[in-house]
Amino acid sequence: MSAEKRPGRAIAVVECNDFFVSCERVFRRGLAGRPVVVLSNNDGCVVSRSAEAKRLGIRMGVPLFEVRERVRRHGVVVCSSNYALYGDFSQRIAGLLCEAAPAVEVYSIDESFLDLTGLPAGELEAWCGDLSSRIRRWTGIPVLVGVGPTKTLAKLANRWAKKSSPAAGVFDLASHPDRTEPALRRTPLGGVWGIGHRWERMLGGCGIRTALELRDASDGWIRKRMGVTGLRTVLELRGLACHEIESQPAPRQTVCHSRTFGRAVRDGRQLHAAVASFAARAADKLRSAGQVAGAVQVFVASDRFRKEAPQHSAAAVSRFREPTSDSREAVRAAVGVLAAIRREGIAYRQAGVLLLELSAERERAPELFAAADSTSGALMRAVDRIRRRFGRDSLGWGFDRERDEGWRMRQERLSPRYTTRWRDLPAAVLRPSRN
Amino acid sequence: MNTSFPALIRFTDAPLELPLPLHGHPVAAGFPSPADDHLEGSLDLNRHLVRRPAATFFVRARGESMRDAGIFDGDLLIVDRSLNPRPGDVVIVAVDGEFCVKRLCGEPGAGVLGSDNPDFPDLAIDSESRVEIWGVVRSSVRSHRER
Repeated sequence: MSAEKRPGRAIAVVECNDFFVSCERVFRRGLAGRPVVVLSNNDGCVVSRSAEAKRLGIRMGVPLFEVRERVRRHGVVVCSSNYALYGDFSQRIAGLLCEAAPAVEVYSIDESFLDLTGLPAGELEAWCGDLSSRIRRWTGIPVLVGVGPTKTLAKLANRWAKKSSPAAGVFDLASHPDRTEPALRRTPLGGVWGIGHRWERMLGGCGIRTALELRDASDGWIRKRMGVTGLRTVLELRGLACHEIESQPAPRQTVCHSRTFGRAVRDGRQLHAAVASFAARAADKLRSAGQVAGAVQVFVASDRFRKEAPQHSAAAVSRFREPTSDSREAVRAAVGVLAAIRREGIAYRQAGVLLLELSAERERAPELFAAADSTSGALMRAVDRIRRRFGRDSLGWGFDRERDEGWRMRQERLSPRYTTRWRDLPAAVLRPSRN
Repeated sequence: MNTSFPALIRFTDAPLELPLPLHGHPVAAGFPSPADDHLEGSLDLNRHLVRRPAATFFVRARGESMRDAGIFDGDLLIVDRSLNPRPGDVVIVAVDGEFCVKRLCGEPGAGVLGSDNPDFPDLAIDSESRVEIWGVVRSSVRSHRER
């Protein structure tokens, strides 16, 4: 292991508290103090819960229909997921973090790692407290901060912050190494970053049940049972940094746009329309990242839970003659693949388009004898510009019928897109003042 | 994505059209402009109105006019949550979950939100009431011609 102990290393992980629910509460102040849950796509399962909802025993990931009675009895507010809103808040917070810290890794929609090495140990906790209260004040989103000498210990500290709710929302193991051992002793394996159910079971069978026991296991044994990945986790628990802060996200290898339909789709034309629009969306994402794709994969799947219905799922790939990010080419290829894999009479519940073999647009070698389609790039740039200026829906492709097809996502309790659409802006009532 | 792909992967070869290349690149020509040496960039209204993008939210004003503050129905309010409310500020307050525009009279925390309309009594901001200052209005934007 090439891990090297660097004294004074400080990594913070900033996690938004009940992020989706917190976003809903920024504009819907009436939701404060009430039990609130946010559902996954298609209003299926609970993916975010307020503290009040957790106290009612509503578990993470539970399907809505299983808790419907509890929801009704306790007046739980149920929201569809509003990813436009959550994405906007996520960007605001990431922007704030990047201003505050020299190196930031945006790890997911609601958590980021910060490299705070170099801050005097005495100031770490106060600095993080300031940051957390600034994010709270500026964006309305409550966050918790965990600090440690490694990412794994920072995550553990964050979990501890969640449990012990310290005043400033910060739990710091980097400048208080004496807190580490008690925290590790009281953290079950499932609370260790990188330890999934499978390893938890395996380790439990060998008598290892806490983070502390895992930290003190022998290297050779861990390596044999859990490989290098597992060993890294153990070394990180000991304070040896193995996972660096990745400020520059690795360029994406694939772009995917897929959906579980609001209801099963049997009709060939509807499926065609869905896949066409997914391909167009995927190409949009590709262009916004400045990439081109070499191939497209399409997959379809029927409803696995409806055992009585005929089942079918399939996927296939088509290669572009030349790497492209042109929505029209992506669509043409994708519907071609769909025609080849779709079976008549199957009720499909899921479909998706993956763009593969991505490369940066400028890197691509021009193919001398291919049609150097100079109109393609210009057309796509024009489309993107118009949409940036007039909104996502201002310009669509002829085949793109997402807006009026029945397979669209079920979002019955969707809140307005307060921060990304002019007509959805929150309203404030004017009342004459005294002065 | 949580789809498990079946083992069956087929390759199709969807035909791609190959239209003829078009040469439409503009060519820079002619005399250089005498203004070239004096370019200063352009005025950015966004930067003028939005100082702290992460803390800035747009809110639509609705209802009666707030004439003394120069705010009318339909105006776009640019709310900056990074500002500490000061007496005299126009603020967005949440009263029982509803957003209102008010002018802050006293100190925040022990302050009073003024209202000269008898229908709307003064509001005290304290820890007991369900009143909360949500953000400070930094600017407002009004369109003078219907779009």
